[in-house]
Amino acid sequence: MLMPTDTSDLYEKRKGVFPKAVDGFYRRLKWAIMVVTLGIYWVTPWIRWDRGPYAPDQAVLVDMANRRFYMFDIEIWPHEFYYVAGLLVMAGVGLFLVTSAVGRAWCGYACPQTVWTDLFQHVERFIDGDRNAQVRLAKARWTPSKLARRLAKWSVWLIIAFLTGGAWIFYFADAPTLQREFWSGTAAPVAYGTTALLTATTFVLGGFMREQVCIYMCPWPRIQTAMLDEKSLVVTYKDWRGEKRGSVKKAAAHPGEFGDCIDCDQCVAVCPTGIDIREGPQIGCITCALCIDACDKVMAQVGRPRGLIDYCTQDDADAEKQGAAPRPVLKTLLRPRTIAYLLVWSSIGAAMLFALGARTRLDIAAQQDRNPIFVTLSDGAVRNAYTIKIRNMETRPRPMTVRAEGLPGALLWTDAMAREQARATVDVTVPPDSVAKLRLYAAVPAAGPQRQDFRFVLTATDREGGTASEPARFERPQ
Amino acid sequence: MADDKNPKIDAATGTQFKGHEWDGIQELDTPLPRWWLWTFYASILFAIGYVIAYPAIPMLNDYTRGMLGWSSRGALEQELAARADQVAPIHQAIAATTIEKLAGQPQLMQAAIEGGRAAFKVHCVQCHGSGAAGGKGYPNLNDDDWLWGGDLATIEKTLIDGIRNPGHDATRVSMMPAFGRDQLLTAPQVDDAVAYVRVASRQDKPSAAAQRGATLFADNCAVCHGTDAKGNRALGAPNLTDGIWLYGGDTESIHQSVWNSRQGVMPRWDDKLSPATIRMLAVYVHSLGGGEATLVEAAAAADNGVEGNVAQ
Repeated sequence: MLMPTDTSDLYEKRKGVFPKAVDGFYRRLKWAIMVVTLGIYWVTPWIRWDRGPYAPDQAVLVDMANRRFYMFDIEIWPHEFYYVAGLLVMAGVGLFLVTSAVGRAWCGYACPQTVWTDLFQHVERFIDGDRNAQVRLAKARWTPSKLARRLAKWSVWLIIAFLTGGAWIFYFADAPTLQREFWSGTAAPVAYGTTALLTATTFVLGGFMREQVCIYMCPWPRIQTAMLDEKSLVVTYKDWRGEKRGSVKKAAAHPGEFGDCIDCDQCVAVCPTGIDIREGPQIGCITCALCIDACDKVMAQVGRPRGLIDYCTQDDADAEKQGAAPRPVLKTLLRPRTIAYLLVWSSIGAAMLFALGARTRLDIAAQQDRNPIFVTLSDGAVRNAYTIKIRNMETRPRPMTVRAEGLPGALLWTDAMAREQARATVDVTVPPDSVAKLRLYAAVPAAGPQRQDFRFVLTATDREGGTASEPARFERPQ
Repeated sequence: MADDKNPKIDAATGTQFKGHEWDGIQELDTPLPRWWLWTFYASILFAIGYVIAYPAIPMLNDYTRGMLGWSSRGALEQELAARADQVAPIHQAIAATTIEKLAGQPQLMQAAIEGGRAAFKVHCVQCHGSGAAGGKGYPNLNDDDWLWGGDLATIEKTLIDGIRNPGHDATRVSMMPAFGRDQLLTAPQVDDAVAYVRVASRQDKPSAAAQRGATLFADNCAVCHGTDAKGNRALGAPNLTDGIWLYGGDTESIHQSVWNSRQGVMPRWDDKLSPATIRMLAVYVHSLGGGEATLVEAAAAADNGVEGNVAQ
């Protein structure tokens, strides 16, 4: 096939979106959510949390180097990664729940792409002015004044982007220390790299890509489309009430001929993804509900009831079209599907909380040397060697003893002791929040079965106590 | 395919159909965003730059090597060199510290054990086995029985000079006579001596032959193995009363040993390995469970308990 000379059909030119400022219930809700989510993002790493002298005092810390995850009173070790998996499952089911109940609320309110784009757009309005001024400026030739405005806007964006990318790294190291290191140039290269990368992505995605991310790059709109059903709340233009569109004047001149929509295009003007909601539900609609605010305001001005564009389910839309009353909102939200999601979500949460409360804080693992399996000693006794790992998850050093239960006559010693020091138990002090590894020898008189199963029993000898055991095997020559 | 002159248009989106249809599902010819096209061009540019900079195109006998001169083999060599640079100070420190002093430095000791473990896998496993458990004629290095001594310095000396290494004056030497083959003892006398050794090692009950053998032992064997048959490390003469036999403790094996004698050889290593490697090997062998701590420093280290050994 020859290359077409006109590629205008093959590739879509970017249409500028210049959303107009709007005020109303949903706009204020979005403000509140933006303050809360950005607040959480920027403040969290700086919260201190006292865990005693042996653990970091940062409330939320993903300590990659030492393989620990701290979240307030919870400390996760790598082998407990299933808690993180559980959280991810909860997040997934939570999104199912939210989507089936209130549609793409994640997209419209909480998604970082939405929140940061929103923030960047406010900066844009502050510097360039509202929609009309922005359109004019975009069309204007490059004059010094336009350049100055652009540079000012990009600079503020860049500062926000830098603060965004810079804040991310504080989740992975002690924030005050890392901040000092960062400015003095002594932080790890990965800290600068991550900051630079996230600064760049925030700047580009929030400043320039914006709705293109939602429409072309993000898989979530497609997945959510599959999760919506006819009982999910979506932003709906009530065409049976709005059509046929016409100005107030026309409607006054021809009563009964026109609907409530006065075709003022305010819903289009405020839309951050540049769509027309009156064309029906579509992939570009992130359900930010700003068009509801815009339309309500116009309806109030022309003295018509609010809600020409409103949150509405497909079923309710059909019912309203027939003149029937919509179902109460609570009934829409609480239906078998959402209740099932809620049950799954909360039972995973409850199970994780239970597991967290009941988890052991010490553990022992034993691995027998396989090469050689046994060693005959000069006095005829047989020695087996084991690599013992003792896990102390408390943030204080703990004295413990190890003994071999079910192995009569066994004497234990470590590779740091002489065999003359061998006893029935071995004492070990395990440092706080760590795994102690020791090589343990067990010597038993030669007489006995070729294979003998027993257990290593670990007992904490401090006030709190506690015990753990591990099956092991002792082998002798034939 | 759709008729190009009369394209079918999807009413809902105003987009042209591609013309494919599967069970009533049709594909729309939705235009890609133009910025996507730019990323495509950018990736082409990147590919051109990559081909210029890095090895890329296979030729008949060679390939284009790229202007940066990068190769995976070169990268490996760099990594190995970097690693060698990294461990060089540790090896220098080990080489500069006598093995007696080494025992007092847990960190250096740990490094030496791991270095020795690696070197052992290369140079020693052929005879002593991958687990250092030895075999017939090759001592088990895990146990507490040592022919020439099991403290750090003695093990190191054995490694440096070897045992019965031909043409090396400093090597450890001892020669057990072939009592039977060289007719130093008669066949019945050898049998009696074997019977005595079996009794001395508590494998057999006392017998008349062993009684006769005891006299023979005192006359012929005790000079090296000791009057109590517990051996003599200065001569590498094994302890005949313990439970460990290098060539086997059954009557037949002991008879073989007395009749023909045994002359096990271990090569010297000072002409093949660096002093640091030999020291690390000695430390590793010593750490296998039978190492003897006759030295003050080692005893002090042992008293530190396991805490020096704790690792995450």
